[in-house]
Amino acid sequence: MNETALKELLYKLADDKLIIGHRNSEWTGMGPLLEEDIAFSSMAQDKIGQSYALYQMLQGLGEQDPDIVAFMRNADQFHNCIFAELPNGEYDFSLMRHFLFDTAEAIRFDMLTRSAYSPLAELSIKIRAELRYHTLHANTWIKKLGTATEESITRLQTALNEALPYALGIFEESPYEEEIKDSGLFEGEKLLLERWMEQVEQILKDTHLKLPDWSNLKPVTGGRVGRHSEHLQPLLDEMSEVFRSDPGAEW
Amino acid sequence: MLTQKQILAWLEEVKDPEIPVLSLVDLGIINTVEVNDNQVKIEITPTFVGCPALEVMRQDIKDTLLKHGARSVEVEVNYKQPWTSDRLSERGREALRQFGLAPPPKGKVLVEDLEVLENVPCPRCGSTRTGLKNPFGPTLCRSIHYCMDCREAFEQFKPV
Ligand SMILES: [Zn+2]
Repeated sequence: MNETALKELLYKLADDKLIIGHRNSEWTGMGPLLEEDIAFSSMAQDKIGQSYALYQMLQGLGEQDPDIVAFMRNADQFHNCIFAELPNGEYDFSLMRHFLFDTAEAIRFDMLTRSAYSPLAELSIKIRAELRYHTLHANTWIKKLGTATEESITRLQTALNEALPYALGIFEESPYEEEIKDSGLFEGEKLLLERWMEQVEQILKDTHLKLPDWSNLKPVTGGRVGRHSEHLQPLLDEMSEVFRSDPGAEW
Repeated sequence: MLTQKQILAWLEEVKDPEIPVLSLVDLGIINTVEVNDNQVKIEITPTFVGCPALEVMRQDIKDTLLKHGARSVEVEVNYKQPWTSDRLSERGREALRQFGLAPPPKGKVLVEDLEVLENVPCPRCGSTRTGLKNPFGPTLCRSIHYCMDCREAFEQFKPV
């Protein structure tokens, strides 16, 4: 097995979860409804917990301690997609990102239950079950607000148009894509993208939201190779402020 | 000489820190117990990947077994046999009810639809005239429901 390819895959999975988890946690105390506040906080806790399990797997492969990896790297060492790091914006954008991102994650971790690397396959069975609650939550709200009032539909449509090019950046291929597929670690971004498009179309069919022609969209990429937007470094600085001040502290 | 059976009996004393009536054995997170010359090796698997109580449980297992005379205790956390809510024992499900938490429905571990969280029997009165308020609750493992007969909210240990 190509260990470099495996590590690259694990970093990508973990970084996506850590970063989106921190964005979700920013809704704590800020949600439009107490119910949504609890939901985003809970999903944040799931995702950050899942990122740690993946960082621990990396530690087993000789990488550094999960806290060091989470808090001491700079933006250009992170492999998350740019979509995950974008600021929350209004609730419409957060909800739309939650839907588009989590739909991809749920399919990704379903595919990963068949990974040739058994610790990852085993963990993915668990993560897949937890993610069900995230996608069901997203689908419920997209369907509710995507059919409610003219205003809510217009707002969600704007969020969808804004989010889609970034969402396509989720599927930016790894520099080791061929090795990853050949060794059976993961079936690859292309297949994931196909399944994601089908699922997104399926859910949006029950709303008044319109998908643009996929071929007219230009994916925003770079995140997977450490080229991020201006939004990631400030987020990392904030996340690590406490940790960097006293890296030896027991929490 | 300690036996596996003895260790499991002692582990009955170790409770879920969030649900103090539920033992880790009944919760179903103990995967394997090996004893060799009074040295114990245990594999556990978390209920949720992000479960904040995991470290506390790991320490409680160690403390309890050392107190009873194990020479050393090693607790490994892995996902080789991932936890599902179907692993709660009958006694564990009853303990949840006593504690005021509705136990999860059986055989629904990969939730297809939030419908499975509707009409959960109320742990207070048993009524199924209940509705889902929020699939996310105060802790990762709980959802929030409302009983139309008691006219009060209750929580469920959710299927996963
Ligand atoms: Zn009742």
